[in-house]
Amino acid sequence: MALAFLAPALVFLGAILVYPVVYTVIRSFYSASGDQFVGWSNYLAMFTSDSTFTAIRNNVIWVVVAPFSCTALGLVFAVLMEKISWATAFKLIVFMPMAISMLAAGVIFRGMFQQDPDHGVVNAAIVAVTDAFGGPQASLPGAGPRQEVGLSASDGGAISADQAVQVGTVQDFPLVGVRADEVPSGAAQAETAPAPGPDQITGTVWLDVVRGGGGTNGQIDPGKPGLPGVRVQAVGPGGQVVASTTTDDTGRYTLSGLDPGQYSVVLPATNFETGFTGINWLGPSFITAVVILSFVWIWAGFAMVMIASGLSAMDRSLQEAARIDGASEWQVFTRITAPLLMPVLLVVFVTLIVNVLKTFDLVYVIPPGNAKPAANVIAVEMWRVSFGGGNDQGLGSALAILLLVLVLPSMILNIRRFRADRQR
Amino acid sequence: MSAASTEAREGATGVRTRPSAASRVVGFFTSGIVHLVLIVVALFWLIPSLGLLLLSLRSSGDNAASGWWTVFTRPAQLTLENYQNLLANPTITGSLWNTVMIAVPATAAVVVIGALAGYAFAWLTFPGRDWLLVVVIVLLAVPIQVALIPLARLFGDLGIFGTVFRVVLFHTGFGLPFAIFLLRTFFTQIPGELLEAARIDGAGELRIFATVIMPLGGPAIASLAIFQFLWTWNDMLVALIFTDSQSQPLTVAIQSQLRQFGANIDVLSSGAFFSMIVPLIVFFAFQRYFVQALLAGSQK
Repeated sequence: MALAFLAPALVFLGAILVYPVVYTVIRSFYSASGDQFVGWSNYLAMFTSDSTFTAIRNNVIWVVVAPFSCTALGLVFAVLMEKISWATAFKLIVFMPMAISMLAAGVIFRGMFQQDPDHGVVNAAIVAVTDAFGGPQASLPGAGPRQEVGLSASDGGAISADQAVQVGTVQDFPLVGVRADEVPSGAAQAETAPAPGPDQITGTVWLDVVRGGGGTNGQIDPGKPGLPGVRVQAVGPGGQVVASTTTDDTGRYTLSGLDPGQYSVVLPATNFETGFTGINWLGPSFITAVVILSFVWIWAGFAMVMIASGLSAMDRSLQEAARIDGASEWQVFTRITAPLLMPVLLVVFVTLIVNVLKTFDLVYVIPPGNAKPAANVIAVEMWRVSFGGGNDQGLGSALAILLLVLVLPSMILNIRRFRADRQR
Repeated sequence: MSAASTEAREGATGVRTRPSAASRVVGFFTSGIVHLVLIVVALFWLIPSLGLLLLSLRSSGDNAASGWWTVFTRPAQLTLENYQNLLANPTITGSLWNTVMIAVPATAAVVVIGALAGYAFAWLTFPGRDWLLVVVIVLLAVPIQVALIPLARLFGDLGIFGTVFRVVLFHTGFGLPFAIFLLRTFFTQIPGELLEAARIDGAGELRIFATVIMPLGGPAIASLAIFQFLWTWNDMLVALIFTDSQSQPLTVAIQSQLRQFGANIDVLSSGAFFSMIVPLIVFFAFQRYFVQALLAGSQK
């Protein structure tokens, strides 16, 4: 009778799970084409081939970083969530990524971390923050001095006045070669610099071109914009920078606090470099961090929900007693709540390790072609060598078995927990 | 413990007095910080999906020229054009159909087969039951990768054509350990007297299964069904290997556009969001059952 109920399940488990495990173990000892017994050589190849070794190394990073981050965040969220009235909404928001495909999550993160600050929101945010704190930094590639007004550009790209000037004088910088779309957005009509004080040098940096023509070269005319955010330096006779400032929206600058004497006024080369073009998040150096971040975005909600349910099932009388005895919230958490949560934390942690090892889609989707080798993990490498052009199902089988061996501890833990449950 | 009962107990024992003004001020600030932190966290968790939605609602020209966040200053740029193109694309509509044809049968099969086996493990006695259950628990953690090479070969040898069917078989097999484990756990909680009563009335096991277990196990079965449905709907790896261009599901159809990420952003963003709609509806409608499945899967 029981067999009738079990038979369909046994057929599936046998054919789809048990048979493949056995087959893959055997297959891993055979060559790429499968007709030659090669002993352990596939397993040796795993650690000697560059791309598989990168995959294994990356998996170590994943296992160290991702489960811990998810569990820690989940714990913090679950504890803090108890103190707010909109906990249900918060839980839904953080848990939601669990419902969507890793492919969609991959497309999302690949989009967010694009290098161009006009496309990737992360780099856009970095630009916004640096602009807000460091002030707008001029970026005027291609700019040069107006000819025949006593200015020249050095080989390094700095622009300086040919003659050193006395403190208390005005040094203007009419520039050309700035494209209309390169003029900083805050730029206003250029204005004549204020009269310098006795310890000051003042002046104006402007774009010496009137759009549509007109104006006199080297003169501040209506229609010529000041260039804001340009760094200006006063350089002493020994070549040392003694004062520096940046221009305002109308292009004016004031160098103050100068001792009497002669200084050359310089617009250093940094003004004329191409500006911040965005951190190359999807390049080989950061790619694994980005992919792990996407994993955390998905799985922190899982950890949070599990831990929150552990918290809600907890008898709080111990905590109450400790509070009455004068324990601080932090002590209550570290001495009582956290130890009581340990079994749940362990389960979450182990579940996450297993899922880290199985992660395929995120690593397959997020890295662009040139960063794929650097982002490689075992699960993707297994696919690549067996189906994605590697054409070596011997090595692929060995990699699959490596994954199986890595999840063995969690299998043992599952059995132990099951047995312990039974005895209760 | 509800707030009211805590208060009542404190009132009765008189251990705690009303908090002082100073500690209330501190409490107000701490709670302010907690709210602030969680609002920031919630934003961080929302922005990625929101960004994808906005990308998908902008024309490819707009997306090439500026970031999606500019909609907040220029709201007029939103359009449904990408979705119209998507729905007019036979590859996408075909793959949507394939996704349904994979997810629905694979869910139904796992529920039915898993429920039968779960019942046997919970309420029938047979030799080797505990041993077999341990095998099921071991199989819970087997990585999909282990089965890819052998099954690609086996399906070929058996001449199983119609590649959607292969994916259904694969998902059914890999869904079963969890299904059996979950349903067994829930079914053992059904009161034994009910089954006894039905047996005394002369009902056979199949009848008990159909009239007692299935109705009472409703919530458990719903949990399993939702979990399995989301899993199969969202799968890419299995489909990547076992389907071809005629039978590929949405995930595979969308990933094939990845090579030109920037140029294909209109297809990718609308396609990815489109593939999220059904899971999101299922998630928001049956969130409770989904959580239950996760809890049962790893805590019991």
